[in-house]
Amino acid sequence: MSKSDLSFVRTEMLPEQAPPVTEQGVVKWLRENLFAGPINTVMTLISLVVIYKILVGITPWLANGVWTTSSLAECREVLQGQTGGCFSVLTERWNQLLFGFKYPVEEYWRPTLAFVLLMVAITPVLFQELPRLFVAAAAVIATVVLVELLAGAAGLAVPTVVVGGLGYWVLARFGAAQGWGSMAVSRKLLLVTGLFPFVGYWLIWGGTVLAPLVALVGVLAGYMAFRRFEAASFAMGFLAALVAALVVWYLGGFVTAAAQDALALPEVPSRDMGGFMLNMMLGTVCVSLSLPIGIVLALGRQSDMPIIKWICVVFIEFIRGVPLITLLFVANVVLAYFLPPGTNFDLILRVIIMITMFSSAYIAEVIRGGLAALPAGQYEAADSLGLDYAQSMRLIILPQALKISIPGIVNVAVGLFKDTTLVSVISMFDLVGMIRGPILASTEWNGVYWELWGFAVVLFFVVCYGISQYSQWLERQLQRDHR
Amino acid sequence: MKKTVFLGALTVAGLAAGAAAAATLDDVKARGKLNCGVTTGLVGFAAPDANGNWDGFDVGLCRAIAAAVLGDAAAVEFVPTTGKTRFTALASGEIDVLARNTTWTFSRDVDLKFDFLGVNYYDGQGFMVPKSLGVSSAKELDGATVCIQTGTTTELNLADFFRANNIKYEPVPIETNAEAQPLYLEGACDVYTTDASGLAATRAAFENPQDHVVLPEIISKEPLGPLVRHGDNDWGDIVRWTLNALIAAEELGVTSANIDEMAGGTNNPEINRLLGTEGTLGEMLGLDKDWAMRAIKSVGNYGELFERNIGENTPIGLSRGLNAQWTNGGLLYSPPFR
Repeated sequence: MSKSDLSFVRTEMLPEQAPPVTEQGVVKWLRENLFAGPINTVMTLISLVVIYKILVGITPWLANGVWTTSSLAECREVLQGQTGGCFSVLTERWNQLLFGFKYPVEEYWRPTLAFVLLMVAITPVLFQELPRLFVAAAAVIATVVLVELLAGAAGLAVPTVVVGGLGYWVLARFGAAQGWGSMAVSRKLLLVTGLFPFVGYWLIWGGTVLAPLVALVGVLAGYMAFRRFEAASFAMGFLAALVAALVVWYLGGFVTAAAQDALALPEVPSRDMGGFMLNMMLGTVCVSLSLPIGIVLALGRQSDMPIIKWICVVFIEFIRGVPLITLLFVANVVLAYFLPPGTNFDLILRVIIMITMFSSAYIAEVIRGGLAALPAGQYEAADSLGLDYAQSMRLIILPQALKISIPGIVNVAVGLFKDTTLVSVISMFDLVGMIRGPILASTEWNGVYWELWGFAVVLFFVVCYGISQYSQWLERQLQRDHR
Repeated sequence: MKKTVFLGALTVAGLAAGAAAAATLDDVKARGKLNCGVTTGLVGFAAPDANGNWDGFDVGLCRAIAAAVLGDAAAVEFVPTTGKTRFTALASGEIDVLARNTTWTFSRDVDLKFDFLGVNYYDGQGFMVPKSLGVSSAKELDGATVCIQTGTTTELNLADFFRANNIKYEPVPIETNAEAQPLYLEGACDVYTTDASGLAATRAAFENPQDHVVLPEIISKEPLGPLVRHGDNDWGDIVRWTLNALIAAEELGVTSANIDEMAGGTNNPEINRLLGTEGTLGEMLGLDKDWAMRAIKSVGNYGELFERNIGENTPIGLSRGLNAQWTNGGLLYSPPFR
């Protein structure tokens, strides 16, 4: 190799050059994602036009929105023919949209408090270790609600946000340092979860505190009886628990009847419940009831005992074969014919029973899918360990089957929550019922559509999107990479 | 077979139980509240206000009955019913009286076993079109698309009307009045048809009501009135004569303003009988002598009730039309209080 063969050899490295403009940054992203080819370009342009049109339509509607008038006619006067939303209907009727039109105004704090407690109560169930963000969010909500309650009005948005933000910061700082959000705290919060059904009932319906207290004592007595007889067999323990609870409830009935005024909140009859509160109540109660019932039904359907199996099969197939709206009509209308006149079987209770039956049938099928997906080896492994049926289900089978079923269960839960709006058809005033009935039928607001339905969409979207995000998070948490 | 027998037995038991609880008046008095079925919301006829208090034309009748029977116009439990649940609510005894702008028809009266006790609003089906359509009569509507509520008598009336006039139309089925409004305004249908009172209320809520006209044709009879279950005629009499008392009060010039003065005794014996200063009409009904006076005093006479809720000075702006007293060319004609 001689030097003269090569005309030129570079002896130093060239400095790095920036990539071409078309291959970096925004331009690259645009080229790759929006203008990758002729079809893609055309689609992008069409989408841009559509987005532009929507924005042009919505922006003045939002920006010119009227928030302070007391009727649609006044709104129109203020707007003078300009485009603009009449959001006054929300500021004037927000309480009816949230609580229904008959819930006493001075008692609004009760369902609000119940809602906050619900958030606290479901936290330990949903999160084994409370995420710090959640603690902080709970703090914000709690602070906001507290301030709202103290101020007694919704018109103090700015200070509320300031105080809420402060609470967020403080709790995120100190909460983490104190180890809030650890497993131990979560365990303690489970106590709140256990008490919530009774407290929530007392807060929302009112009446003497003795009634939910007796119910609680009955449940405790049942639990203790169960522990006592569990050793004999699961069924024995279950039976003993049932008997103990019934005895306590029966005896407690006399106590409650004797002392109607002990620590009584003003009673609010079921008929007066309404608005989004009703949707939340129905959704929460029915989902939490239908999950255990669904599990029992799914197991029952797989049982070897023919009577149990056929009861479960017939129940599931019958309920799944009937539309929910039909069941609701049965609850509202047909039952009234069969019950003796004068008996007033609580309408909300009837509806809860029907919706719970409906969703538990669906959840049972979802869980059956999970059970079927488990390899037979898992059942055999449980047997070979010498576990009895209850133990093997509780320790081996269900944890795996339920994990597989999560997406399906969440799907049913979201669907169920939205289905609670169907009760508007049987003249209950949930959020949709309130909008369709009293508010659109009032002389002041007859003709306001977009604002009201938009509000309903936002409320439902927030809840349903939250549920779905949670389920995705949960799936990631439980991921053990089997597949 | 066995199942049928069982169901039959249940039905019989239910009917027997229904018949046993016939004395509605006693039930209402024992309860201290009147259970009155109303709509879930219809502009002017029944709707709760921002404070949750029910108000409206039908609501007024409920309050009058409660005032007559219980002495307190506020002693009413309003039970909202939809078009689908109203009849079962009444038949099952959940409500004592249904005042839910319900059309009095043969089959409802006879086949469904209800008693209609008079008419508190004479309605009829009409048409509304945009002025720009340039139509002045319903007979010019050949080929029009028509927004119509499904499952109602209006749907059947419409079919009859177009067939009788040998013209064609295209129906756009909708569920509720609230749904029809935006559809009609966006031009999804050329014509909106429903009861004339509903048309007036709908039109009144438009941004530009003057751009729409209600055509002169009224193609059906829709007498709306209160109804009760068959079989308890004493209770039916109370409802019927409370309505008649409100109508008669307008005819006789008794208003909620001058009733105290009139109750002191007047030269008109019919007023005296109505207000209980003469005769024993109240006792015959099983009530006391002031029953009608309380009813009129609490809600006003028929004319006052009308003007306050749906009359020309309200946003709905209905004129009396057929609902004027017979002396003014209307159809309201209360039998004499004698």
